[in-house]
Amino acid sequence: MFRSVFTDTLLRWVLQAGAVVSALVMAMIMLFLLSESWPVLQHLSLAQFLTDSSWHPLEGSYNLTPMLSGTLYASMGALLLAVPLGIASAIFIVYYASPRSALLYRRLIELLAGIPSVVFGFWGLTTLVPLVNQLHPPGASLLAGILVLTLMILPTIALMTYAALIAVPDEYIRSAAALGLSGWSMIRGVALPAARTGIVAGIVLAAGRALGETMAVLMVAGNVVQHADSLFDPIRTLAANIALEMAYAMGDHRAVLFVSGLMLMLLVMTLSGLAGWLGKKSYA
Amino acid sequence: MNTHDIEEIQRSVEKQHTFTLGPLQTGPACCDPQPIVQVKNFSLHYDNKTALDKVTLDIYRGCITALIGPSGCGKTSFLSAINRLTDLIPNCKVVGHIQVDGVDIYQSACDVQVLRQQIGMVFQKPTPFPLSIRRNIELPLREHGVTKRAEVEAVSEQVLRDVGLWHEVHDRLDSAALSLSGGQQQRLCIARALALKPKILLMDEPCSALDPIASGVVEDLIVGLQGRYTIVIVTHNLAQARRIANYAAFFWVKERAGHLIEFGHCRDIFETPVHQLTAAYVSGARG
Repeated sequence: MFRSVFTDTLLRWVLQAGAVVSALVMAMIMLFLLSESWPVLQHLSLAQFLTDSSWHPLEGSYNLTPMLSGTLYASMGALLLAVPLGIASAIFIVYYASPRSALLYRRLIELLAGIPSVVFGFWGLTTLVPLVNQLHPPGASLLAGILVLTLMILPTIALMTYAALIAVPDEYIRSAAALGLSGWSMIRGVALPAARTGIVAGIVLAAGRALGETMAVLMVAGNVVQHADSLFDPIRTLAANIALEMAYAMGDHRAVLFVSGLMLMLLVMTLSGLAGWLGKKSYA
Repeated sequence: MNTHDIEEIQRSVEKQHTFTLGPLQTGPACCDPQPIVQVKNFSLHYDNKTALDKVTLDIYRGCITALIGPSGCGKTSFLSAINRLTDLIPNCKVVGHIQVDGVDIYQSACDVQVLRQQIGMVFQKPTPFPLSIRRNIELPLREHGVTKRAEVEAVSEQVLRDVGLWHEVHDRLDSAALSLSGGQQQRLCIARALALKPKILLMDEPCSALDPIASGVVEDLIVGLQGRYTIVIVTHNLAQARRIANYAAFFWVKERAGHLIEFGHCRDIFETPVHQLTAAYVSGARG
């Protein structure tokens, strides 16, 4: 591609090394998860994780579905709230706010993105859980988990949407205005479709974070192993389960926790695959 | 008669039917000018920079008026003042009047959306939206109240035929507009503007970003639209202005502000210019 010059060759090697290292880390983690869960995968069938009567790992009963449903409910709930909120706030910042308040809002959202998850958990535990408790005891519940997760993934969606909307070429906006489109028609008909790839990427990142978030959810969701019947039921997520039990798990139990780690990764990978497929359908 | 001849005849028949705009607008011939846009003492300022200084000019119905002059002399500012696209520029201030069909467009009572429906605009760079070809035309139509599916499809087909794009895209209306070539994209943009049945078309160097062949196609199209629409076109291509325009307005920068130097019949501007600057510019001595 380029004429071979020493500095170019050097740069090429440095860049390649960087690429190889990051790919290798991913592969190693995958390999590690597989090797740690291998013992149990060998003598337990995969179906058992779905069909065992309950999650009693010490008695050799490994039903992961309550954790799986807890993870999915919490993440989907959070996305349901955070996606419209995040996109709406980005639209507001880009098209409606005055330059000064736009800057202020953006800084605040960036700040929200920087809050450590344990602080979110702490705030949830002391403020949110008592509030939910007033609505319907016990307080530590799926709802509390969803709300905390919403706050945590909201900035990702808002900031990615913001970046995508800012990058929409000015010509589109002028053309839309010249065709007599109202502000909202321009946003819905032109700007959002043009920014779609970036928005979808933001949602995927956010979903990945929601699926894998451990500490904050662990602190507010109650951690009871059960399928939630209502928003006020306590739930336990896969990630929280690993964090809660890893300290004392041994043998098969420990290996099953690694299996649940694998499941989490599989979920996230499916998600980004889906996003790639969605992105391909864009007209941009 | 062999099959080749038959094809030839079919094609010519098809060609006769491609223009679905109907007869020429019943406007006056260009020798009997009737103003549709009247600009009176119009000035335009960005912050404290003056882009246009006291321009007074009539644009005649059904004619092509070319705006010529060097870069930065306010031609594009003038063009976008006619459909109030200048509203999008922060700190842009206007003084004076522009009347379209006798209505002052800078009065608060003027509905900008309706104004822009009546005055279409085509930009230098083709700007189809990143949507399907079909949706590019549908979007503005629906915005202006054409919502019946059959009607939308009929209008879409008609305008695509009028810009000569129908036979090129009719079997892939759902593919991306951005997958079209530059010339096709520009014709799609013109079709999109025509779909709203405008009275006036503003064109900001519509050919200058295109290759020579596509540029020729678009130029022929513009000539074909003459009489049906009032066209105001900014162009740096003097030969093009001379070929297609009925009237020409020459702008020049004086004391850092754009001024209208001379306006008149295109032929007069090019052959017997009154002003020295005009003579220097059109002969290529300056600018």
